[in-house]
Amino acid sequence: MTTRLLEIRAGVLSKNDRLAAELRARFAAAGLLALNLVSSPGTGKTALLERTLAALVAAGQRPAALVGDLATDNDARRLARSGALVRQIETRDMCHLEADMVGSHLEAAGWDLAELDYLFIENVGNLVCPSGYDLGEQIRVVLLSAAEGEDKPIKYPVLFNSADVAVITKLDLAEVCELDLALMRQNIHRVRPGIPIFETSARTGAGMDRWLAWLMERRKV
Amino acid sequence: MHELSIAMNLVELAAESAQQAGAERVVAVHVRLGTMAGVVREALEFCFPLAAEGTLLAGAQLVIEPVPLVVACTTCGRDVQPDPGSFCCPRCGTPSATIRQGRELQLVSLEIPDPEPALEERQ
Repeated sequence: MTTRLLEIRAGVLSKNDRLAAELRARFAAAGLLALNLVSSPGTGKTALLERTLAALVAAGQRPAALVGDLATDNDARRLARSGALVRQIETRDMCHLEADMVGSHLEAAGWDLAELDYLFIENVGNLVCPSGYDLGEQIRVVLLSAAEGEDKPIKYPVLFNSADVAVITKLDLAEVCELDLALMRQNIHRVRPGIPIFETSARTGAGMDRWLAWLMERRKV
Repeated sequence: MHELSIAMNLVELAAESAQQAGAERVVAVHVRLGTMAGVVREALEFCFPLAAEGTLLAGAQLVIEPVPLVVACTTCGRDVQPDPGSFCCPRCGTPSATIRQGRELQLVSLEIPDPEPALEERQ
């Protein structure tokens, strides 16, 4: 049997990329800043979001959050106390979020995007799988806790390299974990040169002002 | 482990393309896979036959071409291939934020049966 070659030259995730591009265009048209929060499980995405949402609501901003987890709506219930619009995405067995999940949950939530200033999409805690999936976000935020070790960025370069900004969380644990903060910063910049790095503690509130100011600044851009 | 979901995306895209070309089956699938695509080659190879089962791609061979990371070095003014795990120019050490290649997860081409010689044989 002879064969012939059929040229395709398309991204394997082109369907996801197309949906993500549509979402990004909708977010831009609505004047909304969309952020995709990625980290390993237990880094403190939800705790940072709790503080962030509450502070934004207090500042008269209109944030919303989609929160992804394999199971339970615990995080959505936690975040809803901030007064922001929140919806849980239960992924069942999926280890990451995809653009169509974001799109369908936005639709099901029935939110008017034009009435929102920020959309935080809290990805499933995972430092590997979310990297290749564009969710239509304008900014990808990678979080890394003081307790995780300075070399995490160089162990997971693909995900860290895909981020636009890094947030070091649980700064209140830095001393007890003997964290070398300078080395952690250096390792983030080794795999993603030049990105802004924020150092925060959702428990004490340290570093939150700078992070919030940056968010509000980016919203205006 | 998201390679099964990647494999299913690949099979779906390939099957659609093959169908549009009028192919009844696919003999081989050629894929370019960057070192920065976040996909483990062996895991994708393991998942591919499972995803292909019951589709036009059943039994198709998966041919993966690895694509190394290439970044732009602003100091040297050229594209360079960093050492594994690094984003720095191997010559001058400047870290680079500009990736030229290495994120590819691309379906390049399909090998499909060519019906024409069979027609010639009949004639």
